[in-house]
Amino acid sequence: MSKVRLLVGTRKGAFVMTSDESRQKWDIDGPHFAGWEVYHIKGSQVDPNRIYASQTSDWFGQIIQRSDDGGKTWQQPGTPAGAPATDEQGMPLAESNKFVYDTSEETGKPLTTHQWYDGTPHPWEFKRVWHLEPSLDDADTVYAGVEDAALFRSTDGAQNWQEMPGLRGHGRGDEWTPGAGGMCLHTILLDPTNPQRMYVAISAAGAFRSDDGGDTWHPINNGLVSDFIPNPTAEIGHCVHRIDMHPNNPNILYMQKHWDVMRSEDYGDSWTEVSGNLPSDFGFPIAVHAHEPETIYVIPILSDSLHYPPEGKLRVYRSRGGGEEWEALTNGLPQENCYVNILRDAMCVDRMESCGIYFGTTGGQVYCSADSGDNWMTIAAHLPPVLSVEVQTLD
Amino acid sequence: MSATIRITLPFHLQTLAQCEPEVEVQVNGVVSVLSAVRALEMKYPTLRGAIIDLYTTQRRPKVRFFACANDVSLLPLDNELPAEIAAGKEPLMVIGAISGG
Repeated sequence: MSKVRLLVGTRKGAFVMTSDESRQKWDIDGPHFAGWEVYHIKGSQVDPNRIYASQTSDWFGQIIQRSDDGGKTWQQPGTPAGAPATDEQGMPLAESNKFVYDTSEETGKPLTTHQWYDGTPHPWEFKRVWHLEPSLDDADTVYAGVEDAALFRSTDGAQNWQEMPGLRGHGRGDEWTPGAGGMCLHTILLDPTNPQRMYVAISAAGAFRSDDGGDTWHPINNGLVSDFIPNPTAEIGHCVHRIDMHPNNPNILYMQKHWDVMRSEDYGDSWTEVSGNLPSDFGFPIAVHAHEPETIYVIPILSDSLHYPPEGKLRVYRSRGGGEEWEALTNGLPQENCYVNILRDAMCVDRMESCGIYFGTTGGQVYCSADSGDNWMTIAAHLPPVLSVEVQTLD
Repeated sequence: MSATIRITLPFHLQTLAQCEPEVEVQVNGVVSVLSAVRALEMKYPTLRGAIIDLYTTQRRPKVRFFACANDVSLLPLDNELPAEIAAGKEPLMVIGAISGG
């Protein structure tokens, strides 16, 4: 009998929620890392018991956590309890929390600054890990998207991290600028049909693709229009909020941008707007149905200044045709006085026969639909603000 | 010369180290903020980098150190701390800085 495990990161810790295939009754375990921000928590498809978490604090820095038992217990990779890894002086290394930007001459691209909000040069400063993306074929390999934007990879279970410098060094990294939430690399997509192809998205630089396993990168922002930058169709500078794909159709990408919902049919080489009849095309997350590659979901937010649903009604919008025509899904969701936001990593789908959709809000609610969005139930109503929601379908 | 000193920790570091609010550590040589934090990290490896930044090797900007009712945050990390700290009569307090309400 299948079951699902929901991994929820919040401003004050992480929660692990489990249910059987009915997804009607949930057991909630947590908070893990109580009091700490958990930006993202995601399990490996290769070994579902292997879960990575980004625990972070403006005060005390970045902590990478790893579980090898499905979220029951956690450790910092390389510093298990009672057996600290130490250097020659006997000091613990804490290497799993070291994200050091590549400034070597060997890469040929020793970047030292990006652009600040006012366009002046600003040094790259590591702040936190926004997103952890486990490899599709190796449980010990995991990618990290960080602020200030860069892509890191670990091949030893998150113990040691190396930057993939070809991204920042694609040629115009010194022109990247931060979005309102900082200059963060928040989306990492791995093509399941081609291990050489991967995508990232950065606020507010745009989307980028690699066709050689992450060695080299190029912008894929043709077709995006952003009125808040001097040249609205510039190659870089777009505030991409989230990208998703269906594993059976890896050439088709869907994007929720700062404004506009976009679709690409050529691996991101060009984009077409598919916002259609949405009440607002501003939003953060976007997700693709597990079994219907043309069925997609967004949650419209009123505007970039008003981060809450239009009319105070929490509505998930579904398109069964890859965008343009959208229907509101409201059954079980609050339809008055709702002023929460749904962040970019806070919506996901499971792979059950009847596809489940999940999302969490800045008001601390976690919602579930076990029937592709037709009906919704509240899993948790009073959590801290939700930063991320990921789901594992366990056979 | 070795001293057993007391260090108090803010909540978030207690949870990270899975320790009590106040801990004791053994410091060899001069008792300073730096030697005290290094001794703390030896005893609780998960705290490595959470107080003194891994990259800059400086105090994290939002962490402060109090000793005998004095704020010693802005002094050099290797300054000798008061004798009361070295004697274990007073704790070295590691504080998460509070900005605003």
